[in-house]
Amino acid sequence: MLSNSRFFIRTLLIGLGFTATLIVMTSSAAIEGIHHKLNSGANRVDGLAAWEQVYSVLISPRCINCHTATNYPQQGDDRHRHFANVVRGGHEGKGVPALKCVGCHQEVNADSTGVPGGPNWHLAPLSMKWQDTNDRPLSSAAVCRAVTDRSRNHNMDGRALLRHNEEDKLVLWGWNPGRRPDGTMRTLPPLTHAEFVNATRTWVEAGTPCPRGR
Amino acid sequence: MRAAMKKKDDLHLDRRSFLCASTAAAGGLLVSLYLDFPAFAQEGRPAPPPKVYPPDAFVRIEPNGKIFITVNRLEFGQGVQTSLPMLLADELDADWSQVVAELAPAAEVYKDPVRGIQMVGGSGSIATSFQQYRELGAKTRAMLIAAAAKRWNVTPDQCRTADSVVHGSGGQSARYSELASEAGRQPVPASVQLKKPSQFRLVGKPVRRLDGRPKCDGSLKFGLDLDLAGMKVALVAHPPVFGARVKSFDAAAARGIEGVRDVFEIPLVKGSGVAIVADKFWPAKQGRDHLKIDWDFSGLTRADSSKLRVQYKQLARTAGFSSVARGDAKAIENIAASNQIVAEFEFPYLPHVPMEPLNATVRFDGDRAEVWVGSQFQTLDQAAVAEVLGLKPERVTFHTEMAGGGFGRRATADSEVPREAAQIAKRMRGTPVKLVWSREDDVRGGYYRPMVVHRVEIGIGADGMPSAWRHVIVGQSLLAETPFAMMMKDNIDPTTVEGVNDTHYIIPNFHVSAHHPKVNVPVLWWRSVGHTHSAFVMETLIDELAARAKTDPFSYRRKLLKPEARKLRAALDLLETKSSTWRRRLPKNQAVGIACHESFDTGVACAVAVSIENKRPRIHRASVAVDCGLAVNPLSIESQFQAGLAFGMSQLMAKGAITLKDGLVEQRNFDEYVPPYMPDAPVAVDVHIVPSTEKPTGCGEPPVPVISPAVVNALTRLTGKRYRNLPLVAV
Amino acid sequence: MATYQLNVNGQSKKVDVDPGTPLLWVLREDLKMTGTKYGCGISACGACTVHVDGIATRSCVVPVSLIGNRKITTIEAIAQDPVGRVVQDAWVEKDVVQCGYCQSGQIMSAVALLKATPKPTDQNIEESMGGNLCRCATYVRIREAIKSASQQL
Repeated sequence: MLSNSRFFIRTLLIGLGFTATLIVMTSSAAIEGIHHKLNSGANRVDGLAAWEQVYSVLISPRCINCHTATNYPQQGDDRHRHFANVVRGGHEGKGVPALKCVGCHQEVNADSTGVPGGPNWHLAPLSMKWQDTNDRPLSSAAVCRAVTDRSRNHNMDGRALLRHNEEDKLVLWGWNPGRRPDGTMRTLPPLTHAEFVNATRTWVEAGTPCPRGR
Repeated sequence: MRAAMKKKDDLHLDRRSFLCASTAAAGGLLVSLYLDFPAFAQEGRPAPPPKVYPPDAFVRIEPNGKIFITVNRLEFGQGVQTSLPMLLADELDADWSQVVAELAPAAEVYKDPVRGIQMVGGSGSIATSFQQYRELGAKTRAMLIAAAAKRWNVTPDQCRTADSVVHGSGGQSARYSELASEAGRQPVPASVQLKKPSQFRLVGKPVRRLDGRPKCDGSLKFGLDLDLAGMKVALVAHPPVFGARVKSFDAAAARGIEGVRDVFEIPLVKGSGVAIVADKFWPAKQGRDHLKIDWDFSGLTRADSSKLRVQYKQLARTAGFSSVARGDAKAIENIAASNQIVAEFEFPYLPHVPMEPLNATVRFDGDRAEVWVGSQFQTLDQAAVAEVLGLKPERVTFHTEMAGGGFGRRATADSEVPREAAQIAKRMRGTPVKLVWSREDDVRGGYYRPMVVHRVEIGIGADGMPSAWRHVIVGQSLLAETPFAMMMKDNIDPTTVEGVNDTHYIIPNFHVSAHHPKVNVPVLWWRSVGHTHSAFVMETLIDELAARAKTDPFSYRRKLLKPEARKLRAALDLLETKSSTWRRRLPKNQAVGIACHESFDTGVACAVAVSIENKRPRIHRASVAVDCGLAVNPLSIESQFQAGLAFGMSQLMAKGAITLKDGLVEQRNFDEYVPPYMPDAPVAVDVHIVPSTEKPTGCGEPPVPVISPAVVNALTRLTGKRYRNLPLVAV
Repeated sequence: MATYQLNVNGQSKKVDVDPGTPLLWVLREDLKMTGTKYGCGISACGACTVHVDGIATRSCVVPVSLIGNRKITTIEAIAQDPVGRVVQDAWVEKDVVQCGYCQSGQIMSAVALLKATPKPTDQNIEESMGGNLCRCATYVRIREAIKSASQQL
């Protein structure tokens, strides 16, 4: 009888401990996102390598075309200036009264006409430009600095950046960019979304390190 | 004065001669053309008798007072549906507020009085119908007076007219609407007295367009807007390489689209295509997108822009067919290289891309047909539809629809668009079919302003003036192998060399020759035709000569122009005066450029203020002076020049070219061929008309040639570079 | 095919069309309202401009399935809008049009501009109107008409 109760108590204690851990884990997850289990201690080298992966997506056309330094968005894989002289329209980046982005770009892709769409289609603010005024992508170091500068990035820390890359609807659009007017599918970023998120996670776990240099 | 008082018998023989020809073009199309070109000698044929135009075909006065005036031309923006009625209404003493303009259907009586076919083009509407419409108005007035005089038992000279009312000397009055039926029974006078210019109440005044409001409230219908009971809509899959034929096609998926009615092959002017007929445009487009076609390209040459460039430049180094041979052909060779300018210019294929996509609606009922087209060439298009349907032309009722622009695109000798529609209507007997060319069809469909190369060698005399000039032009002929081929002279297409061969500059030892390569790309007149490239070449070279002679561009031109270049001199003088203030006060980052050119008998001079912004030319201001004889509607002329200059900027746009690679057109829509938008146009344009009572000449095309050389002349001042290859990809 | 209940110029209209059909063609062919024009089909020219919940919208690229119950205003009804009326009158008074085919779209764009910015600068005008193509190139008079309309607002 005594061995049974010891077994019972041990099991109970283990069970409680397990439950407590579970409670701690799920509650912290509830604060920070569903399943962003972050390890600290991913090393800087791995972190920088992961950043280069993230960077490769950010400067691909589906992303960088709306992160311009100029008065206009770009379009196409060759990133030419968007036709019909559409312009930024102030810091909101939603276009000008007769040429608002949402005047053509609806909440979802319009595959029958070849116009991409997503919620609240607009240009990234100039604080989040990833190109220079000659339409050339900024360096990996410069983009990393921009993306991690909390005075420019809506005060997002590493975890918020991870969540953004995983869940933001306009980010997700990059992997569901719809058809061009000629019916062909737009090209996707160089990584899958899952790969992009994993790279972001590794980078964040390493403390969002940025390469040195300009 | 003199021109206005001429009797109609004299007018057409005034220092011009006629060529009368009838010709069977490819496909057996028979066209009789009376063509008026000063260069052609009459060939022992009598001049055609002056035509008599029955007023009742042109004027209809309704009981409610409305006056319907029939316009014998297509209205496609140039304002003819206001200016021709103005001429008639003024002589008629009509109440202008009651005038309504209608576009004439195809009929003998609506043929151009000089050109002999029903057409609009060559900026000739007012020039050729000026006398005609005035006489129609005067004759109608005379008949109304005759009716009133009979009624009141007075003589016609005891009556006067004003604002659609006849007044008798005894205080009687009658409205035109009351007298109309009686007037219609009066004999048509053989001749009438026309007003002196001082008597005009409308002509010479700025008059707003009659079609203004309907074009602002969505109510005016264009050809594309036509809706008929039971109508179907058709698209055609055209060959990707000009002239290709359908080898086979798979329509299974296309037929599966709801709303698609039929899919079948049709012959085209060259090659064949596949027609998709549907209830509406969208299912027709879906159907076409789902077609699988195997094309037969055998026997076709595949035009390629980069290869053509090389070929043309090589050709330009050899003499072509001679167009002008004046003085010593070897003079240029005796001039030291340091006193020579040798320049090569390149111009690309240009599409017209009028705002309203091409379309034609045809219904075939077996023994007759009905057609609706915004056509610049009604006589030819009617005959072409008749031929396709196996009918006599008079069995084809041909309505002229209002058109959204044209610039020459709706005037093709082979009537390819109406023919396609007729081919489809033939299969869909009894059903009206609206054929639509999508914008992609239009951009890729050919009939472009040809690609052209000029090579010019200029020997400069000690006085800084040209002492020898050897000029070779290479470009496809527009006229060869068309019903207009008889206008070729000594193997030269006049539309390729115009603006150079007839230059108003004094150039001794002047030799101009041309090559006309045959290329598998259909080509066509593009608003101002040969002047689009010739003016650019001449006016940029003249500017270069002026700079070398350290003479200001106005003075140099004045010195070099023939004394008898009256219109150009008048325009240049007026321009200099009207632009002197702003030219002297330009900001440091702006430069002036000027150009002058005469085309279609109208002299134009233009000055622009240009800066470079975001690596593109920004035209802050343009002043333009024009001598077009009597200005029938100065408001319309101002409009044509303000807008025509901006239209001419098409030639300078960075993405302003059609290019072909291995037979395929590389551009598809306005994202890849980009015409001028508002930021590309001059911000402000002031227009000055040289006062004149000479017979009126046109203003539709004359604005276009001057803007590109004027802007480029300014750019050269800003950058020191020469710009000889259009479009202006980089500044 | 699907059925849609559209709010066009304040009226409810029922159409039965393929969901991918652009609003432009529903207006033109199902509702027989041809004032809105087809110029390019890829939203590059603006001839197809209507207002959707007050926003200038290029109807040639918006499938009817994405409209929902938003309010559509077309050129046929713009005169009932006080700004629309002023713009239309300015267009006529300044004799802006030539062929006229682009002008429905120009006017709809100009009205959107003036409703948002009753006193636009030259730059405002050029930025908002810079995407409306006019092949006749009546841009000088379009600017003048907008300025004239602005003075009356």
